[in-house]
Amino acid sequence: MDTASKVGATTFSMPSDREIAMTRVIDAPRRLVFDAWTNPEHLPHWMLGPEGWTMPVCEVDLRPGGEWHFVWRRTDGSEMGMRGVYQEIKPPERLVSTESWGGDWPETLNTLTLTEVDGKTTMTSTILYPSKAARDAAAKSGMKEGASLGFERLNQYLRGDPVAS
Amino acid sequence: MATDTLSTTFSALADPTRRAILARLTGGAATVKELSAPFAMSGPAVSKHLRVLERAGLIARGREAQWRPRRLEAAPLKEVAEWAENYRRFWDASYERLDKYLQHLKEKERKHGHRK
Repeated sequence: MDTASKVGATTFSMPSDREIAMTRVIDAPRRLVFDAWTNPEHLPHWMLGPEGWTMPVCEVDLRPGGEWHFVWRRTDGSEMGMRGVYQEIKPPERLVSTESWGGDWPETLNTLTLTEVDGKTTMTSTILYPSKAARDAAAKSGMKEGASLGFERLNQYLRGDPVAS
Repeated sequence: MATDTLSTTFSALADPTRRAILARLTGGAATVKELSAPFAMSGPAVSKHLRVLERAGLIARGREAQWRPRRLEAAPLKEVAEWAENYRRFWDASYERLDKYLQHLKEKERKHGHRK
């Protein structure tokens, strides 16, 4: 992939039917990147989503089988939580954990891989969904490959475009 | 974000027949008979799918006619689309920030000496 050399842009792709991958090249060694992903001192500084969110809960039990639990608070006071279990921890190159939003949300398996060349780290986060349908539902905005026939038509409908019957 | 609504929508959308039914309804309201036509499936089996979609608020029944055509309800789908868009935006914004934060960590390390 030639995107690997580009610093400062996030690439979204679909490596398989049930996956979404997000890749970014960061100008920092991977041991720092790994630390930023796994240390509760660092996580609330960056894993914050859009402007105005905070992360009042950031619990990390970094060992295989250990749980993580994050809660975000938005400016309007509403909260959003996410939790999961670490499956594989291999600093500074690989981190595997489950991720769940609660309820009967599809649980995903997230794999973070870090490769370092000349002090720059290519960071790839791959999210594996339980089914293609769940993946497509999560990905359907902005990703062409995710548009199966039904979703493409629903997309058109949602955009207000005319849809052939 | 109403997670309950979203998870109901997601489980309703997880089935290809139900997605095909919704896709058909984007072209306009249709009766159960019309909706059953493309599927090698019994009327009751299709009705079962319709009930799931109805419970998820994805379709509604017209009151005007005896055969009560089903029509698409866009609100829950918009919520799913919004969620997907938010998810993408969340990581995009987070990665931007991670980038800056790591430059800050690098700088801090440089000042305080490199620890291996």
